[in-house]
Amino acid sequence: MSTDLVLENVTKRFGAMTAVDDLSVTVPQGSFFALLGASGCGKTTTLRMVAGLEDLTSGSIRLGDEDITGLRPYRRPVNTVFQSYALFPHLDIGDNIAFGLRRRGVRDVAKKIGEMLDLVQLAGFEKRKPVQLSGGQQQRIALARALVNEPQVLLLDEPLGALDLKLRRQMQIELKRIQTEVGITFLHVTHDQDEAMWMADTVAVMNNGRIEQLGPPTEIYEFPRSPFVSNFLGQSNLFAAEVAGHSGDDLELTAHGARFAAPAARAHSTDGRVWLGVRPEKVRLALPGEDAPANHNQVRGVLTDTCYAGVSTEYLLKTPWGQEMSVFSANAAAGEPLSPGTEVVAHWYPPHSFVLDRPAGTGDEVSQYAADPLGVAP
Amino acid sequence: MTALIGAAAGTGPPTGAEPPPPGPRRRRWIPYLLLLPGGVWLLLFFVVPLVQLAGTSLYDRAGSLELGYSQTFAFGNFVDAITAYWPQLLRSAVYAGIATVICLVLGYPLAYAIAQKSGRWRNLLLVCVIAPFFTTFLVRTLAWKAILSDNGSVAGFFRSLPFVPDDFRLLATPVAVVCGLVYNFLPFMVLPLYASLERLDGRLLEASRDLYATPSATFRKVTLPLSMPGVVAGTLLTFIPAAGDFINAELLGTPNEYMIGNVIDSAFLVRLDYPQAAALSFLLMATILVMVFTYVRRAGTDEVV
Repeated sequence: MSTDLVLENVTKRFGAMTAVDDLSVTVPQGSFFALLGASGCGKTTTLRMVAGLEDLTSGSIRLGDEDITGLRPYRRPVNTVFQSYALFPHLDIGDNIAFGLRRRGVRDVAKKIGEMLDLVQLAGFEKRKPVQLSGGQQQRIALARALVNEPQVLLLDEPLGALDLKLRRQMQIELKRIQTEVGITFLHVTHDQDEAMWMADTVAVMNNGRIEQLGPPTEIYEFPRSPFVSNFLGQSNLFAAEVAGHSGDDLELTAHGARFAAPAARAHSTDGRVWLGVRPEKVRLALPGEDAPANHNQVRGVLTDTCYAGVSTEYLLKTPWGQEMSVFSANAAAGEPLSPGTEVVAHWYPPHSFVLDRPAGTGDEVSQYAADPLGVAP
Repeated sequence: MTALIGAAAGTGPPTGAEPPPPGPRRRRWIPYLLLLPGGVWLLLFFVVPLVQLAGTSLYDRAGSLELGYSQTFAFGNFVDAITAYWPQLLRSAVYAGIATVICLVLGYPLAYAIAQKSGRWRNLLLVCVIAPFFTTFLVRTLAWKAILSDNGSVAGFFRSLPFVPDDFRLLATPVAVVCGLVYNFLPFMVLPLYASLERLDGRLLEASRDLYATPSATFRKVTLPLSMPGVVAGTLLTFIPAAGDFINAELLGTPNEYMIGNVIDSAFLVRLDYPQAAALSFLLMATILVMVFTYVRRAGTDEVV
């Protein structure tokens, strides 16, 4: 029997504010599903509604064939790993992990506690108190305390948010391993695009209480559906363009007086006003003397900023029409990075382009879709 | 050897080798300075009188204020005091115990509501809890005398019930004394409870609900254990003064309801039997200490005391 988690037309309003807006999504059984979005996009509210900690304004939530919409949190076969861990400070680790089992009348808990501590690699911690543990250890215990109940869905509310970067990477790998091992559906809420892409089978990008795009990480990254997604998951260069015609399987586009090509298969919109997009790491730089491949899309510009980041160098260049474009160049070859002020030609292979709809009324400005909508990126 | 040491000393930087004394070490006297005023106060007005009281409790009871007392280490004073006044001592413990339990039953939900559910009314409600203190203890207790009086509406209401005899009265009964104790000491229960419930992390309650705990299980396994420091503090702050109280028994009871405080009061001020009064004071103190220690042990929070 399938126990997919199904949210149907779920809406949540707090007073006049709509936190979650008519959201419908199916989380397949056994998947690692990430809800990705900036703070305030409704992702945590969605999670809390699944947990039963928040009532729905309208809509329904089903788990397999069972409607759990109105069920009290303690009657739902779901458990949560809280952002703050919320370990019970008056209980030792063993009793924390056994809490859910004991409430359901399970008697012999010692063996299960031991198994869980093995799973999260903290064997022998039964008698310690939560305050004696580091943040990363508390996080693992919070995970063990939820998993020991063998829920049908495990909800993770930014569980790694309080950890430092290195520990976070380690825990991401750990979480993925544990999910594969136990095979339970993980519904993971995060604002960290890397985390979502690294761990999840399916990522749902949320914005303003709605899901903007849903799919495997590669699909969302390589073929974003909206300007928001293209700049929330990684960065994109977007150029205001018009479709000029078709040539075989390609679209011919004009933007700022120049001609570009993009495969029709990578276009969400095939006529009229569009955004032409390309990821910074797909773009190469050529000096004016050098030949850029003739079939590549090309943009001339002047470098305004060079940022050496070890594995790559990030360039900003200014196009003749005044737009900024970013280019990531892998530091694979020897040689000095180019200096600001250099005239260059940025070029990319047309199949790396993607084309998005640009409804009338939307200006040529892309700043509204600027990268780093959270303002938290380093 | 000398050359080695000299060489070693010579290689080191001349002054920088000695680290400057860390700040906290130089200020080690500050905690003692902070303790000083309170310490002196307690020494003068608690320790010295206590020792004096201990001495007084062992005086020969044949003496008097006019003739003077002689120190005979009359431990018999304690035996006499227990023999004569054990009912009052027991009554003090029982009345104070009942009053404390009632205060806990009334105070816990009140403190919980103020701490967790009152929102913007919180401060107003807290003021209401403390408001009775704006009137003197004596007047408030006298007001209870009026409330519980035979002609009052409360007693009248009870008399109007079937199966309640016509000579039913509230004033001058144990019920009246316990009522007075509960009323007067309730804030001492509510405030520490409020302080511990206010700190209770709502996320722990959510975690409990998420982990299959019904509301009652959440209360028993999370809320109550985490508020135990407040329960212990409130219980002690209520029980200790209630056990030594004499105003309530004096104003709302009869000699049949007198507590040990009344006996000490009359021994000191009416009978002028200072040795016995002092012995009774020590007995009261010992009783309370024994009960408190037993209780704190049972409550499992030795850290509190």
